[in-house]
Amino acid sequence: MGKLIVQRSLLGIVTLAAASVLIFIGTEILPGDLASAILQNSATPENLAKLRLDLGLDRPAIVRYFAWLFGALRGDFGHSLANGRDVLEEIAPRFANTMFLATYAAVVAVPLAVGLGLAAAIRQGGAFDRLVNVVTLMTISVPEYFLAYLLIKYVAVDLGWFPSLANVSSDTPFGDRLYYAFLPMLTLVLVIVAHMMRMTRASVLAVMASPYIEMAILKGLTKTRIVLRHALPNALAPIISVVALNLAYLIVGVVVVETVFVYPGLGQLMVDEVSKHDVPVVQACGLIFAAAFILLNLVADILSILSNPRLRQPR
Amino acid sequence: MSELDYWSQRLKRGAISRREFIGRAAALGASAAAISTVLAQTDALAAETPRKGGVLRLGLAGGSTTDSVDVTTYNDSVMIAVSHGLFNGLVEWGQDGKPHPELAESFEPKNGAKDWIFNLRKGIKFSSGQEFTAADAIYSLNLHRGDTKSGAAGPMKEVSDVKKLDKNQIQISLAAPDADFPYTLTDYHLLMIPDGFKDWANPVGTGAFTLEKFDPGVRIQLKKRPDYWKEGRGWLDGADITVINDSSARLNALISGQVDAINRVDHKAVGLLTKAPKIEVVRAPGGWFTIMAMMVDREPYSNPDIRLALKYATNREQILKALFSGYGTLGNDHPIPRTDPYFNSELPQRKHDPDKAAYHFKKAGIANPNIVLQTSDAAFNGAVDMATLVQADAAKAGIKMEVKKEPADGFFDNVWLKGPFVASYWGGRPAATQMLAVAFAANAPWNETHWRNEKFDKLLNDARAETDEAKRKGYIWEMQAMLNEEGGALIPAFRDWLDAHNSKVGGHTPHGGFDMDNGMILDKAWMKS
Repeated sequence: MGKLIVQRSLLGIVTLAAASVLIFIGTEILPGDLASAILQNSATPENLAKLRLDLGLDRPAIVRYFAWLFGALRGDFGHSLANGRDVLEEIAPRFANTMFLATYAAVVAVPLAVGLGLAAAIRQGGAFDRLVNVVTLMTISVPEYFLAYLLIKYVAVDLGWFPSLANVSSDTPFGDRLYYAFLPMLTLVLVIVAHMMRMTRASVLAVMASPYIEMAILKGLTKTRIVLRHALPNALAPIISVVALNLAYLIVGVVVVETVFVYPGLGQLMVDEVSKHDVPVVQACGLIFAAAFILLNLVADILSILSNPRLRQPR
Repeated sequence: MSELDYWSQRLKRGAISRREFIGRAAALGASAAAISTVLAQTDALAAETPRKGGVLRLGLAGGSTTDSVDVTTYNDSVMIAVSHGLFNGLVEWGQDGKPHPELAESFEPKNGAKDWIFNLRKGIKFSSGQEFTAADAIYSLNLHRGDTKSGAAGPMKEVSDVKKLDKNQIQISLAAPDADFPYTLTDYHLLMIPDGFKDWANPVGTGAFTLEKFDPGVRIQLKKRPDYWKEGRGWLDGADITVINDSSARLNALISGQVDAINRVDHKAVGLLTKAPKIEVVRAPGGWFTIMAMMVDREPYSNPDIRLALKYATNREQILKALFSGYGTLGNDHPIPRTDPYFNSELPQRKHDPDKAAYHFKKAGIANPNIVLQTSDAAFNGAVDMATLVQADAAKAGIKMEVKKEPADGFFDNVWLKGPFVASYWGGRPAATQMLAVAFAANAPWNETHWRNEKFDKLLNDARAETDEAKRKGYIWEMQAMLNEEGGALIPAFRDWLDAHNSKVGGHTPHGGFDMDNGMILDKAWMKS
């Protein structure tokens, strides 16, 4: 088992290295450059040339790649080309915000989804099962910005219960943060619940068809006990990987929600910097996103291995 | 906008007198009732007495994580509004379109407007306690001259020397005479900081506020300075600016009361917003215009009849309505807006006339002129729609034209100033001569129509050197007429600035220069009780 985990971890590192190359190439082929993006309409050939030289944009791409990679390995992502601030310093508070929102949404969504999935499995085919299925399918089918606008329209503007602006800052107290970030959290929860809930329900029901469950039924156990004690442990692996996938989405895919609610997260930062061609920041964001994605999948893999006795003792 | 609306706006911001307004409105056939309603509104506006205190919460578009307090770097609304809370300029661009003394208490031309003397206000203190003197002014101006990446480097090129005459007086020498030079100093980059100042994380200025918190692209907070020098300004205790680049999010924040004022209201939403209770839209006709630039030295646009054909073919009213929901004014193929004191009001407005367009097209005698209009939504939101409208209009006059949609990224690098027929925009300039010089003088780096005309250049130089108002007006009017008839610029419409605020905000007035009262909102506005 140890060998399997080491193997997976190494694979993860290789994937990350490959991602770093792609990120670098991606930022290289963007047309235009930072100098002209900063100066926009006020660019003259002279101040453009001066700015390019100041920013070191005259060096060849391969030199800049390795300089960047080795810097990144030491935790030094360089300085923002646009405002000269340290990239890590610039990203850290945004990353903290992104993690806060992701955790907030996950803490609500995962128990909710798994709970609903189990409840639906227990009452398979009943009114509750159908209702939960229809409602979650509806929320996942609507684009997230539309959900966000609906929530703003009804919850923020008409009812005035929660603010439509989630402009938290580093000194916002924890309680206020929960309040300000409520609507973005709710939007994300509505988007991800369906996927996890349906996977929970489906994998539990798949296990419920196996002979040992029939045995348990014949023993006269209650349905709840059968589902929780006998079916769930064997249905965990697919549930874990779907949860991991959705957690990764919460970190890397929430830029639309951030924009609508003006939440200062990492996604918004990255979009902002892409349009400014602030390459060091874009690259660092890209790397963080890639790392988060790979790490979560790795953890999911390892947890699946741990939860499955057959995988724990591989052939 | 109707003529009456236009004159009422002018009256409300004091650009014309009551008497003049009544005359104009009556000439337009407005009823006595309509006139008195406008007058009553204006009186109500004037009767509002400013009040001290309160924090103004703004939700602004035009901010980015790359923003810095460094005065040379500003290029969008958020930093322009913030910086005018922290710093002052030497000259303020007034709502009447004229330059007014700010940190310079007076200024006068010498030597035929080739040299300018600026008398600096005495006893003004920076937030650090140090006094503002000539050395500070010279340092602040020189930041934007010579080897610099400042956005004001272009306009400051005309300055050949800045020197100290005494502790409170400086002389600015120009390469060529410029009677409009004080307008140059209203540029939003040209703000006064202490001599040798570089610590942009802790800005020191003479403005009404000090920087409390700076999270670029997210949130900026300012705190009142107790000893602000300007009379009748600086009412607020503080300001809290949230960067909201998403248009709907901005509207939501205003409607749900989380901010007190916003900029760049989507023109499609103005109708809805005016119905919302306690919200007022501030509409400021200004110098921002759309342009389709034909290079007059490239085939087929070198043929004046082709240019006229396209100018007549364009349906300006339709563009104004489709692109800006009517929140703008018609363009007359020259870059001077109606709000400018030197706007040529006697030049007939060019109308949509397919017959005339067809006539000129035929007269040009080019069987298959390869007319391709290049544009992108990077130029401005709606540029592609505008190009498509013009294409359809041209077809009606029998002119075949293509629209080429260019990639948004790098548009101003690779297409603008390079293609022979490009649709984009201009932000406008405070003085008419500046706008004409920056884009239409033979040697202007941004002469996108390749307009090189000796007579025009002479008129421009004469206008800049002339201090006699009547003569200047004659020159500037003639240049507008020349561009209208012969120029390569097809200018269909000027766009209004649209801001909005709730009923708690006072003193948020329209300005033709830029959104949020030309960035002066923090200096001017107050919170009602």
